[in-house]
Amino acid sequence: MSRSAKAYIAGIYEHPTRKAVDKTVPMLHAEVARGALADAGLTKDDVDGFFCDGSVPGLGGMVLAEYMGLNLKYTDCTETGGSSYIIHVGHAMEAIAAGKCNVALITLAGRPRAEGLQALGARARGEDSPERGFEVPYGPMVTNLYAMAAMRHMHEYGTTSEQLAWVKVAASHHAQHNEHAMLRDVVTVEDVVNSPMISDPLHRLDCCVISDGGGALVVVSPEIAKTLGDRCVKVLGQGAGVKHLNGGRFDLTYTGAAISGAIAFDEAGLTPADMDYASIYDSFTITVLETLEDLGFCEKGQGGAFVSDGNLISGVGKLPFNTDGGGLCNNHPANRGSMTKVIEAVRQLRGEAHPKVQVPDCQLALAHGTGGQISQRTGAATLIMGVNDA
Amino acid sequence: MYIDPTITMESEAYWQAANEGKLLVKRCGDCGQVHFFPRAICPECFSSNTEWQEASGKGRIYSYSVTRRAEVPYAIAYVTLEEGVTMLSNIVEADLNALAVDMPVEVVFGKTRNGQALPLFRPVEAST
Repeated sequence: MSRSAKAYIAGIYEHPTRKAVDKTVPMLHAEVARGALADAGLTKDDVDGFFCDGSVPGLGGMVLAEYMGLNLKYTDCTETGGSSYIIHVGHAMEAIAAGKCNVALITLAGRPRAEGLQALGARARGEDSPERGFEVPYGPMVTNLYAMAAMRHMHEYGTTSEQLAWVKVAASHHAQHNEHAMLRDVVTVEDVVNSPMISDPLHRLDCCVISDGGGALVVVSPEIAKTLGDRCVKVLGQGAGVKHLNGGRFDLTYTGAAISGAIAFDEAGLTPADMDYASIYDSFTITVLETLEDLGFCEKGQGGAFVSDGNLISGVGKLPFNTDGGGLCNNHPANRGSMTKVIEAVRQLRGEAHPKVQVPDCQLALAHGTGGQISQRTGAATLIMGVNDA
Repeated sequence: MYIDPTITMESEAYWQAANEGKLLVKRCGDCGQVHFFPRAICPECFSSNTEWQEASGKGRIYSYSVTRRAEVPYAIAYVTLEEGVTMLSNIVEADLNALAVDMPVEVVFGKTRNGQALPLFRPVEAST
């Protein structure tokens, strides 16, 4: 069949660096932009829309547009942390459908390893943010915040550390085939639960890597996609949502994916059962488990059983996920994970994933991003894509 | 030592009360809803008619995590107060290996680097 699509992803590029000591952040943006445009068969002069997150150097996207020599009639700088790029794809699709631009470039880059975590912390949190006084004195960290979600999920649903470990085990099975992945050793459930406790109940191997690098996407109109050939991927549905602490009444066992997933599936006219592959932002193993429940791949509370026994391993389980190794094993550029999630989903739909992890006849795929911290305030975004003739 | 909170004109009364050994929450004079963290404008109904209310200081652990990799391991927690709202805090005066979700706790006040009182929670004996 041939579903209609308002926009196509024509180009992708993942920066191969994992530690960028010899590159500035603007250089990384330009390198990923150049890579994605070359992948699409387009040039810099074709770009008329530019999308980036709020962490870029300079005010909004304007300085990067100048640095890269882009001539723009559309820009958007929506900032929802690590989910920003999936929101950018949605906004690019809407802008293209409204005739505001035709070739949208989305870039991400950062070097938290080269710069050190200190620089990241200061940038990540605005001094004037109203919740600050009520949280910072208590020592909230990314690890202990996600750990509290895991602890509550375990309390309510009996989820175990061994079940969480299966998420990492699956990622490691995929990462062994990725020459760029930071962690390529296949690990077992025992390896994960015996790794040092970072913040109960999360062990070191429940946590993603920290890496430099970045990535870029090129989103184009259907008319331009026709000129670029079969490697273009259809954008079939996109949804976003914000979940926060709601004045002190909240539930840490679900994420914003419950909002964004429903919108994206509705727009695409598809269901979780239709998905051949899923890229799920994996800052921690618990992030994946809760997200899969919230997207509807299984019932709430059944995530532990769903991810167990290799169900997320390509060629083994029912839902191959993060076949590049994901954030748990491959990379986590700028501490923001959804750019690489879209890139690997596009590779799967093109049939360009590593042969050892390529899903046979992959027609429909999902990518999901989580921004912020799931135990505080998050921006969620879900993207559903299909092959050119899906 | 605890980092000092950022204090704004919206939160000043909260921190002053903490120095007097009181934990405050905000209640809306129009819709009646209690919220946390305290705001001038009610997040439930947008009314400006919000009032400070002293909380009982008693609650239960909603969730927690012991940060093992810190120089001195500490327990961060969300505590659900009797007033129905859940706030971030630390669990102190406790065996960090014996904490549990739903454990009853009560407020105690620690001191920041600059001497500001900071609401913390400790387990309460089941018999009291």
